[in-house]
Amino acid sequence: MRIALFATCIVDAMYPETAKSTVKLLERLGHEVIFPKAQACCGQMHMNSGYMPEALPVVENHINAFDTDDYDVAVAPSGSCVASVKHQHPYLADRLGKPELKERAKAVGARTYELTQLLVDVLGITNAAEQLGSYFPETITYHPSCHGMRSLGLGDRQLDLLKTVGGITVNELPEADQCCGFGGTFSIKNADVSSAMLDDKVKNICSTGASACSGGDASCLMHIGGGLSRTGAKPKTLHLADILASTMEETVSL
Amino acid sequence: MSAKDEILSRIRTALADTPVTEEVPREYRTTSAMNEEQLIELLVDRLVDYKAGVEVIDAAQIPEFVAAKLKDASSVVYPQGLDSNWLSALDKDVEQRLDAPGARLSVAELDATSAVVTSSAVSVAESGTIILDGQPDQGRRAISLVPDHHVCIVPISTIVQLLPEAMPRLSITRPLTWISGPSATSDIELERVEGVHGPRTLDVLMVRGL
Amino acid sequence: MTQVFLGMPAGGQGNLFESEPFPKAAHRELGNTQMRKNLRHATHTIRDKRLKVVGELPDWEALRDAGSVIKNNSMATLEERLLEFEKNFTARGGIVHWARDADEANQIVTDLVKATGSTEVVKVKSMATQEIGLNEHLETEGISAFETDLAELIVQLGHDKPSHILVPAIHKNRTEVRDIFLKEMPVVDPNLTDEPAKLAEAARAHLRKKFLAAKVAISGANFALADTGTLGVVESEGNGRMCLTLPETLITVMGIEKVLPQWEDIEVFMQLLPRSSTGERMNPYTSLWTGVTEDDGPQNVHIVLLDNGRTRALADRFGRTALNCIRCSACMNVCPVYERTGGHAYGSTYPGPIGAILSPLLTGIEVEENGSLPYASSLCGACYEACPVKINIPEILVHLRGEDVDAKREKHKLPTQMDLLMKGGSWALGKGKNIGLLEKALPLGRLAAGKDRKIKKLPGIAAGWTQSRDIPAPPSKSFRDWWSDEKESK
Repeated sequence: MRIALFATCIVDAMYPETAKSTVKLLERLGHEVIFPKAQACCGQMHMNSGYMPEALPVVENHINAFDTDDYDVAVAPSGSCVASVKHQHPYLADRLGKPELKERAKAVGARTYELTQLLVDVLGITNAAEQLGSYFPETITYHPSCHGMRSLGLGDRQLDLLKTVGGITVNELPEADQCCGFGGTFSIKNADVSSAMLDDKVKNICSTGASACSGGDASCLMHIGGGLSRTGAKPKTLHLADILASTMEETVSL
Repeated sequence: MSAKDEILSRIRTALADTPVTEEVPREYRTTSAMNEEQLIELLVDRLVDYKAGVEVIDAAQIPEFVAAKLKDASSVVYPQGLDSNWLSALDKDVEQRLDAPGARLSVAELDATSAVVTSSAVSVAESGTIILDGQPDQGRRAISLVPDHHVCIVPISTIVQLLPEAMPRLSITRPLTWISGPSATSDIELERVEGVHGPRTLDVLMVRGL
Repeated sequence: MTQVFLGMPAGGQGNLFESEPFPKAAHRELGNTQMRKNLRHATHTIRDKRLKVVGELPDWEALRDAGSVIKNNSMATLEERLLEFEKNFTARGGIVHWARDADEANQIVTDLVKATGSTEVVKVKSMATQEIGLNEHLETEGISAFETDLAELIVQLGHDKPSHILVPAIHKNRTEVRDIFLKEMPVVDPNLTDEPAKLAEAARAHLRKKFLAAKVAISGANFALADTGTLGVVESEGNGRMCLTLPETLITVMGIEKVLPQWEDIEVFMQLLPRSSTGERMNPYTSLWTGVTEDDGPQNVHIVLLDNGRTRALADRFGRTALNCIRCSACMNVCPVYERTGGHAYGSTYPGPIGAILSPLLTGIEVEENGSLPYASSLCGACYEACPVKINIPEILVHLRGEDVDAKREKHKLPTQMDLLMKGGSWALGKGKNIGLLEKALPLGRLAAGKDRKIKKLPGIAAGWTQSRDIPAPPSKSFRDWWSDEKESK
């Protein structure tokens, strides 16, 4: 397959290793990866902050970048950005009275997958060690990000896949399904509530004894990691793409 | 413009985009494959969970069990349509008070009555719900409300598993009371405790052969 | 004051307003550690119960689908449904009143009570009467309203405000309830313990005489059935049955959105509602009545059909499904924000996720601080997942944020920091080459992060982030540049 990588703005700018890991995984499976360079961002920050007209150029740019015949499916290492592409883009077009854009948004959304969604549902990966050569000899815990878990209905796909990585120990995270408190500009506008949510997440992560907390969304991991770092807690954060891409030969270090 | 006309006019304005209706998907369960014994078991389980007293008996045992449940009562009210035989084994010192059209007990009299015996219209096993619909063997709503102890006869032939199965058996425009256990509240720390304003004791006699 | 045009949907009045910005109210409430403990305990208890009883039903999702469509259909045909209900309720001896807003509803109820000559009424817990501030209004007219639901009683005796739509005293624990009873009940056992069963017994004793003597009751309704003219009240304690059965006069105040097309529809909602609200398979008591029944229950039966902003909400095509709400409270019980701030932070009668959309939809986003409510969510989606009628609360929250920004855009002369950030972001993220250009500055961020590779303090609105979180040092090269260098050059 020819797979278009939607890196997402945060991974592109802040966590390039995660995008590289995504490329590695797909190439390892024999697929061709392209990177449409016109892409920038899904526009979620604007929409979730209520800036709809300002979101329009961002959303239009994404749709223009991905509404091409140049690839079979698009993939992003982020449940949140994929959920935005699938659900928010058609809403924005509808709200701003652009029926043609809405149809194009729906078409792009239908072809866009979150990474584990693509791996599990489309490419049939059920055992990361055997099928991807994944190897990561560390004790981790896992936070299911809300938009992946709920908006995309990923269920336990990410966790189940992580559990099949060679050498890994996955400790269950108490109250895993509780939001970490990020929520985009929520973390700024309602900083006190957001911090209270983050506190509980950080405490729960530390209670697992894991040396890292993994997840499928770089933004939530940045939030959680920022909290862990501020409290001087030991666990690091690591995107699941990086763990899946880690092998016996090239083991990712924390 | 009257308030009614004004509100209806606002509704028309609000729905100017004429949203469409769609057929209601009724994919939920509407029929049950449970046999009688399974229905009994399920209803008993639910009622016990609600802290109701439950006995499964034969029709001939009704007088004996009613009497046993009311052995500590000083008085009992019953609706006009109740089978009078059901109260035939009551202790002599339990005063029997009939509530009938034209001879209604006052609220104060009901409050001074220790118990009530009624039949019921239909019961839903899955949710442990007994439905009274005000037929003559159940009486008006006040009699099964004010006395603190309700002895309720549930003919096993009136038990269904699912709420949708109960619907065709209901006379919706009669006053309906759905009872799922004795009165209770979850208002303190969201923990359920039994016994508030409605009858604090609910005894259910599930009867075969009625 | 907003000008109101005849026939145009108008905003609701009454207890629907956030009087200070949500973040400010939340900050204060977060400091109440006892309340946070109480709320955490209560919400976690109910979450587990709900999951257990919902998990028992193999057709839960099918019930949600049905509930959602029934409600949508009802709203789409609201005028016909209301007229049908009115015809059937009237045919059976009930009297229908229509109220455009809170003031009108309060006046109708006051007149009805006065006509009976009674100066006391007993009340079944009702969100609609809470919304319109009926008790306060009756008091000014010399009529005492006695709340009979245990939690409402706790709130009323404690001179407090409800903080939850199902369990208005959820912010109080058993000991606090005991203390309120000891202080406020005229006749009470001085040795009253804080055992919930004992507290319930004290409430029974306190209200018994009121029930038995009441001439007038005021209720809400969980639903109205259009094709039969039937009303229903779902409750637990029997206080509802007392009010609906014993008095001579019954006045029900109900929002116009509560009407269901067919009476069989309750087979759906009576499965969805109890399991979603108290986490029970069925609530202890449900009462249904159709107008007046001779010789059984109240003989003067009224209903006040209330708009108070509902038509305004109905006019918002992206927000109108908020009217599908059946007031189960599952959304607030699972909400991580509600769990931490409690209901008072939302100002309105309707707190939590549903309140954050319903209040501004009913009043208009620009009224008081209601524009701050849609931001009171991390958009985690737990509310949507729990909602028995599938109201997509996160989507409506985002939609209303858009309404808020648009409303403020029209008023503001000077752009806020957020405006500037968003406008800049719109340019930067609107083209691949723009973000690429900015990414060239990533090494500067590395420099700012310094030796420990963390950014610990940011200025302006971004300081909210760094109050409890670091930002990692950015990479030296973006993925985009890596791709150009490594992939395209080969």
